Amino acid sequence: MMASSYNAKEEDGHHSGSVGPGGPGTGKSKKPDNTAFKQQRLPAWQPILTAGTVLPAFFAIGLIFIPIGIGLFVTSNNIREFELDYTGVEMSSPCFNCSQTYSWNNSCRCSVPFTLEQPFESNVFMYYGLSNFYQNHRRYVKSRDDSQLNGDKRFLTNPSKECEPYRMNDKMPIAPCGAIANSLFNDTLELYYVYPNGTKTAIHLVKTDIAWWTDKHVKFRNPAGNNDNLTITFQETTNPINWHKPVYELDPTEPDNNGFINEDFIVWMRTAALPTFRKLHRIIQKKDSLTPTLPPGNYTLDIAYNYPVRSFDGRKRMILSTISWMGGKNPFLGIAYITVGSVCFFLGVVLLVIHHKYGNRSSNAEIPN
Amino acid sequence: MLRRRLNRLFGGDEKRVDSRTIYVGNRPCPATETFIPPKFCDNRIVSSKYTIWNFLPKNLFEQFRRIANFYFLIIFLVQVIVDTPTSPVTSGLPLFFVITVTAIKQGYEDWLRHKADSEVNKYPVRVLEDGQPARKDSEKIKVGDIVEVVEDETFPCDLILLQSSRDDDTCFVTTASLDGESNHKTHYTVPDMEKDLQSLSATIECEQPQPDLYKFVGRMHIYKPEHDPAVRSLGPENLLLKGATLKNTKKIYGVAVYTGMETKMALNYQGKSQKRSAVEKSINAFLLVYLCILISKAVVCTTLKYVWQSQDGQDEPWYNQKTEKEKGTILYVKMFTDFLSFMVLFNFIIPVSMYVTVEMQKFLGSFFITWDRDFFDPEIEEGALVNTSDLNEELGQVEYVFTDKTGTLTQNNMEFIECCIDGFQYTAFSSELDSFCVTDGPVSTFQEKAGREKEELFLRALCLCHTVQVKEAGPDELGGDQVDGPASEPLRPAEQRGFIASSPDEVALVKGAMRYGFTFLGLESKTMKIKNWQNDVEEYELLHVLNFDPVRRRMSVIVRSKSGDTLLFCKGADSSIFPRVRPEEVERIRMHVQRSATEGYRTLCVAYKRLSVDEYAAADAGLREARLALQDREEKLMAVYNQVETAMSLIGATAVEDRLQEEAAQTMEALQGAGMKVWVLTGDKMETAKSTCYACRLFRRSTELLELTVRTLESGGRRREEMLHDLLFDFHRKAVQDAPPARAGVNRSWSSANPEYGFIVDGAALALVMNPSPDTNCSRYRSLFLQICQNCTAVLCCRMAPLQKAQIVKMVKNSKGSPITLSIGDGANDVSMILEAHVGIGVKGKEGRQAVRNSDYAIPKLKHLRKLLLAHGHLYYIRIAHLVQYFFYKNLCFILPQFLYQFFCGCSQQPLYDAAYLTMYNICFTSMPILAYSLLEQQIAIEVLLDNATLYRDIAKNAMLRWGPFLYWTVLAVFQGLIFFFGVKYLFSNPALQDNGQVFGNWSYGTIVFTVLVFTVTLKLALDTRHWTWINHFVIWGSLAFYVVFSFFWGGIIWPFLKQQRLYFVFFNMLSSVSAWLVIILLIVLSLLPDILLGVLRKPRGPHTQQLSKESLLYVDRYGNGARRFPLAVTCSWRHSG
Repeated sequence: MMASSYNAKEEDGHHSGSVGPGGPGTGKSKKPDNTAFKQQRLPAWQPILTAGTVLPAFFAIGLIFIPIGIGLFVTSNNIREFELDYTGVEMSSPCFNCSQTYSWNNSCRCSVPFTLEQPFESNVFMYYGLSNFYQNHRRYVKSRDDSQLNGDKRFLTNPSKECEPYRMNDKMPIAPCGAIANSLFNDTLELYYVYPNGTKTAIHLVKTDIAWWTDKHVKFRNPAGNNDNLTITFQETTNPINWHKPVYELDPTEPDNNGFINEDFIVWMRTAALPTFRKLHRIIQKKDSLTPTLPPGNYTLDIAYNYPVRSFDGRKRMILSTISWMGGKNPFLGIAYITVGSVCFFLGVVLLVIHHKYGNRSSNAEIPN
Repeated sequence: MLRRRLNRLFGGDEKRVDSRTIYVGNRPCPATETFIPPKFCDNRIVSSKYTIWNFLPKNLFEQFRRIANFYFLIIFLVQVIVDTPTSPVTSGLPLFFVITVTAIKQGYEDWLRHKADSEVNKYPVRVLEDGQPARKDSEKIKVGDIVEVVEDETFPCDLILLQSSRDDDTCFVTTASLDGESNHKTHYTVPDMEKDLQSLSATIECEQPQPDLYKFVGRMHIYKPEHDPAVRSLGPENLLLKGATLKNTKKIYGVAVYTGMETKMALNYQGKSQKRSAVEKSINAFLLVYLCILISKAVVCTTLKYVWQSQDGQDEPWYNQKTEKEKGTILYVKMFTDFLSFMVLFNFIIPVSMYVTVEMQKFLGSFFITWDRDFFDPEIEEGALVNTSDLNEELGQVEYVFTDKTGTLTQNNMEFIECCIDGFQYTAFSSELDSFCVTDGPVSTFQEKAGREKEELFLRALCLCHTVQVKEAGPDELGGDQVDGPASEPLRPAEQRGFIASSPDEVALVKGAMRYGFTFLGLESKTMKIKNWQNDVEEYELLHVLNFDPVRRRMSVIVRSKSGDTLLFCKGADSSIFPRVRPEEVERIRMHVQRSATEGYRTLCVAYKRLSVDEYAAADAGLREARLALQDREEKLMAVYNQVETAMSLIGATAVEDRLQEEAAQTMEALQGAGMKVWVLTGDKMETAKSTCYACRLFRRSTELLELTVRTLESGGRRREEMLHDLLFDFHRKAVQDAPPARAGVNRSWSSANPEYGFIVDGAALALVMNPSPDTNCSRYRSLFLQICQNCTAVLCCRMAPLQKAQIVKMVKNSKGSPITLSIGDGANDVSMILEAHVGIGVKGKEGRQAVRNSDYAIPKLKHLRKLLLAHGHLYYIRIAHLVQYFFYKNLCFILPQFLYQFFCGCSQQPLYDAAYLTMYNICFTSMPILAYSLLEQQIAIEVLLDNATLYRDIAKNAMLRWGPFLYWTVLAVFQGLIFFFGVKYLFSNPALQDNGQVFGNWSYGTIVFTVLVFTVTLKLALDTRHWTWINHFVIWGSLAFYVVFSFFWGGIIWPFLKQQRLYFVFFNMLSSVSAWLVIILLIVLSLLPDILLGVLRKPRGPHTQQLSKESLLYVDRYGNGARRFPLAVTCSWRHSG
């Protein structure tokens, strides 16, 4: 601002020339507007946190949280859950052999018997669980091509770079590409009820409605073309390295569950948050209201043991669980609610005592002032 | 800045040795054999920083020199180069935005400068070429050119006045744009100049360019073929400065001596020194802490990653093979890139947006100062002015206030009160109305007093001894009014009388004389005309003016009366006059002077001397010679002045009242109540200043005054140094050692147990303390002096030179604990201290606008300082302190879950939140509420703040940004971050959270954490908000609503530009899960619990801040008054109770 005219401008106009916050240069009347905003006199609500206002809140929180917590806890306890580790680490385990002689191509079968002590009343959800499996590893999470999975033809034959090193195989593009798809969980689980007389009946496992509706219907799409002819659609691609079969044979029996929109595949593609996780596998529908879905008794889990986890010290589980309005069994929420509610209640009491004592003292101290 | 000044002061001598020679009209002169056209710079002014070509690189360079910008640039580059978890857009976009906005702003400012430059540079001027004026662009003027300037034009460069169209060889200029003084100043042509400039052959020898506007020495050699070269002295009165405007003169010719960047104006230009506030320093300290946190986080994660990978099968399990490229990289390179990746992942802990928000807060917040109607002064039709918004919060941190007296504490509106002639006192009319009642003229008041001759002499002295000008329009007007007689004269306001002077004292004196019947009619071609009691016009020839300067503290004129007597009239401070008059006259008058001074009047003594012909001849010769001197001219002049101004006889003394500013006392009381120490730094004399201090209640009856002045130093009859030593130790013992430890001054108003001390020091004594003779140990004195000052409730420094004022400010500023200082002043002499202090306040006073221009804030009146500091400063500080703490807090609990997540994803830099959330968190979801808070919050109402100055102490010493509060916020953030992460983690021990048995994945995890986070930090702010205007409501609830709407929108569409549809329907599914709802509510409540608890517990114990609200609550309880606003009665009763 060396030049004189620039200076002079500041001189004359006082406000108008200045670049900084010299005022909006209102022109004629220089007296600032008498608006509540400009004079910082906007009407305002001025709450003050005092013991008087906070104490009821504490008690209220306590009174609301504790019942919720109890409700949650009871609900969670009422959920039946059965967990079966079939990794086959111990020598005694029926799947020990399979876990030792693992190879991708050679399917090994084993069956694990188990007993349910209590009946599973409503619909039963069968999960498979994996431990020490880092589905949330960054390299893994990003190794997918959502455009390809959404049925975009351009990406079908030219998958995203993110899929490396699971992008091309033998100069053929992999569909679906990427590490996630490549490591699709491929154990086959079959559940049998063993009658006391020794005969086994297979329990019907439903394999639909296990994925998010929007995933199945919007996010995942087979490439455009005739659904019947998925073979043709995928002909320029090859299956992921670890897969036995191409993507269009994931569920040959049901066209709506084949290809990219196979629900097992979709569920797998939703990467888990933590290295120990479970994924919904099958649903056992309740037949009628009289008999429990899974009556107590002996069962056998027949496994086509394909999925190797020993190399990274992982575990495989099969979980049977009923579901309530809060989801699966998880005592955490109930306990947390009860704890927080109790703490609030307790603090409320303590505060009340303090306030009572202090309030007297303070008013005494105030008067001689 | 100060160093430059000091250099100028002390190092000036070397410069003056070097002089430049200018050939007038660029013509060779006979005396010099070879004419080498000297090389000087051209007359182009360049104030712009950039050109079109270098703008981009230079501006970017400047911007990235800021450490924060550089840091973000590095982060961005890392993201571009290295394979990082988040895309470069997340940090590049905000950075780009910030840089672009800043560049546009700076570019615009530079464009304005360019425009202004070219306006000046292309301004058409007329340069004499071969006797004919030729039009040229201003930038083409060369040194030595003769330039023609007509009325109301500004001078294009520094010119030596050669010829004026006025008969008396003078011209009038106004330097309003240079130093803000709007009065007309008279400049003179070089004496005995020839009329024909074409034939003029001369050289000018003058000093090298220097920035002092009021200093210039030069010599002009005029060569005439048949004569010896004539030498003329040149002084500042011959120099017309670039930037000044020609007034009341049709046309002048001048020769350019300094051009372009060498003009005094250009040399005086200096960028405003960057003042940084204490808050900014705190921010930088916190930033460093967070940088350490960031780096250690990255280091921890990198280490853990490699530890984890060293386990069997974890580095590269069969399901998650590395790419060829990854396999190929060397381990150490990989480790380094991993480290960088973690840095990028966690870099949100130091957000770009904080800088933007802080800047916005400061910029927008400062509008409240300009908008404040309480700062509007109807007299000058102006409100407050904010020159820099960087220091808003510093207004709430002031510990020392340095105030000027004249014009700041007092109105600088001088009124002639009384005079004393020959020992008799003449009380004048206390107001103009009274004088009107005295119908038979002022003669009556003089009856039976001093001899009539003395009276007339005294009044003549008042009429003659000054540099007042009568406005041009004046004479005819005056002529018409002559007949009315003196009695009616005072009725007309000063403006109509048209007196212009650089000092209001002189106008007051001339007007005072006018009331007594002696009217100054004006100065015309060295003849002063005055009208006496008989309505006769007396004429005096003005021979010399011995200018006023603050060192001599007096001025004189030498005039010759019609009768041929040569008279010297001198007026000045008593201390400078008394030694120069006959001692026997002093005693009679000294009493009056002292009495007047104790009443707070400014006194001046008037003396005269009749010069014999010989004496005059000697003085005349001496003065002329000294004026010609090229070196040490001032010293030589001073010597001659001192020689002439001796053996005078004292005629009398005058007393002029300078009224206190409105509410000066209340303001000072409030400032002291707020714990600030008020120091008065003035050039005025001790008695006057002391009485002003009493009037302002800075000193009270009970205050014990410690005086360290020339008077006390010389009283003992010993050497000054010894006396100084004794006094210093004595005072130190009294004020420092005997005083109760610490907190001297803090409880002042409320307890009268401790004796109060006031300290008075004058310039001479200060000089002794600051620069003692070499044998004494200087630093010891200084520290003693400082300690005494700090333990006194008020300090008065009188007889200060401007530079000494700055020295004092600097001393305090650099003392232990580096207290925040504030200087307030209105005149050019206060500029140095205004620039030196942390906060400089200019009062829009009468002494020009220089103080205002150099200040950080300008207010119309002193009384406005109270609201500026107690209300605005307090609020700004609370607001920005909270803003800063909150920003660090919200980013720590934002990033902490992401850090913790690394332990559960194999330290693979997997982000917990989606990229959109990472980017939007600071920009959209959480930025507006805190911005609104930091603009609108009033934890304590403005009225209450104004009424209870003690509240200011609660935030003193940067109370809200010290490590204690910072630690509290950090711990809170860590606590909440842990709650967010582990709360959701335990929930996810069974990821089947929906009632249809379907499971949630990692993005649901992140979204739940993020939802809890956004709600918690926003509600935390809501808890802290004590002043809910509709804007706060709108912004807080609006942000939360926006978050929800955005999440739906973001997850509701398959975005074609995204590589991965990570959040597709994640938010929707989260909301369809009861468990997610429950956990969100639980975690929010749990996170806020400690804060609520502390808020309640802290309140009753909290010392002051809530005292008032508690008090008012009590009041409310007691009287059943449910008013929300604090009733006025409460605050009043509170004040009285103390």
